[in-house]
Amino acid sequence: MLNLVLRTGSATNGIIRYVGQLTILFSQTVILSLTPSFKGARSLIQANRIGPGSCVISSLVAFFVGMIIALQMAYQMVQMSAEMLIPKIVSVALTRELAPVLTALIVAGRVGAGIAAEIGSMKVTEQVDALKAFAVNPVKYLVVPRFLGLILMLPVLAMLSDVIGIWGGYLICVYKLHISHEMFWKMVFSALAIKDIVTGLVKTFFFGAIIAIVGCHQGLNVRGGAEGVGKATTAAVVRSFILIIMTDCLITFIFYFLLNV
Amino acid sequence: MIEIHNLYKSFGSQMILNNLNLTVRRGETKAIIGRSGVGKSVLLKNIVGLIKPDSGSIKINGVEVTDLKEKEYNKLRMEIGMVFQGGALFDSMSVGENVAFVLNEFMNLDKKTVLDRVADSLALVGLKDVEQLMPAQLSGGMKKRVSLARVLCMEPQIILYDEPTSEVDPITAAAINHLIIDLRDKLKVTSIVVTHDMNSAYQVADSIAMFYRGQVIADGKPDDIRNSKHPVVQQFITGEAQGPITEDENLIFGHVK
Repeated sequence: MLNLVLRTGSATNGIIRYVGQLTILFSQTVILSLTPSFKGARSLIQANRIGPGSCVISSLVAFFVGMIIALQMAYQMVQMSAEMLIPKIVSVALTRELAPVLTALIVAGRVGAGIAAEIGSMKVTEQVDALKAFAVNPVKYLVVPRFLGLILMLPVLAMLSDVIGIWGGYLICVYKLHISHEMFWKMVFSALAIKDIVTGLVKTFFFGAIIAIVGCHQGLNVRGGAEGVGKATTAAVVRSFILIIMTDCLITFIFYFLLNV
Repeated sequence: MIEIHNLYKSFGSQMILNNLNLTVRRGETKAIIGRSGVGKSVLLKNIVGLIKPDSGSIKINGVEVTDLKEKEYNKLRMEIGMVFQGGALFDSMSVGENVAFVLNEFMNLDKKTVLDRVADSLALVGLKDVEQLMPAQLSGGMKKRVSLARVLCMEPQIILYDEPTSEVDPITAAAINHLIIDLRDKLKVTSIVVTHDMNSAYQVADSIAMFYRGQVIADGKPDDIRNSKHPVVQQFITGEAQGPITEDENLIFGHVK
């Protein structure tokens, strides 16, 4: 029993310490983002690495998810002769929830892992130490461009996923459920409000920040050699996934219960 | 001038630097020798502020650095160049960008001036027309030399070398040794050279300090070290497998039967 209490205490202590470290890194990143000198080109390079490279895979996933939602809804709605509601459900589910979250998870797997591996390799080969020795702040040089690149590109990718996902739903509704083209878009636009799109996009800023900070934190804290880099990469993806889902739940809760949107 | 007094540094329960005292005079080249893991590289990292000591004093040109804030330390770092053991070249940048790193980060120089200074620094280490290459395309010795060129581009007053001649061929090692001597004679650079290579230490150093158990156990001119009667120093400089160091560490090197 005592052993269980000790282990629980130790785990809780570890979680609190980890969240504290993330908060400190996030604060430093935000402050340094607003502190001269500004090197916008570095953020654009990162945005270029994140956006075009992720858009095909995030669009593909959104396209198929749009189709899947339409098919799963059809299973019940057709029995109730309510298939006209499917375009509404597809568009609202995608814009408010699924497109932002799935895009974030894809980017966390693809980009977050890459960030942890790249910075981790720099750490073990003393490149991060070399930055410090040359009077360059590693957070400013390595974390800020990735942070800005991600919070810039994730909303763009999520919007693209919104559109492509609705097109996936469109194919099922129009060609399988025989809802007319005009009716589909009429139902989509009657269901979607600006707030639905905005709530989805607001989430992506937080998700982008999580992917950047978790990935960079894992990379900067690598211990050992190649094995350490591998562990950091895995941890970056797993922890980003958990934090993205937890943050999504929290933001949805705040939007629904506190802001009524 | 670098003055180190009563320096302590431990990692967990392992004491690395244990009441270490060392002085490096202005313009002097000091070689630091000792077994792997005795804290030679840790000392360099303490001097450049990558690691904070547990206690003790480090003065660089009369300034106590152990309690300096990061911003003040950064000003001092512009006068200190460190050549890392593996080179630590930024692998996403070309050789030219690596050497020009400090110029591009901190100085508003026109492109031609930067290119000229990069070429001059590379020429000093015996490299030409390598600006476009990536670090992955370089040999170990070339990486070391590019790393040194990157430091020379800063025109530092102090250079810290972490095993500059390890993993390089004898000819490159001799070239690096000559360069260290040249930098002392012509630019009056103060240097600390961490090395296991006794030939290099005898060749480049004005004085040699031997580390053992986190302390300096011998410090003197190369001839003093060569003729030292201290059994630990003798075992290290002669490279004997059996002796007080290995006995102390309970190391028994076996023989193939």
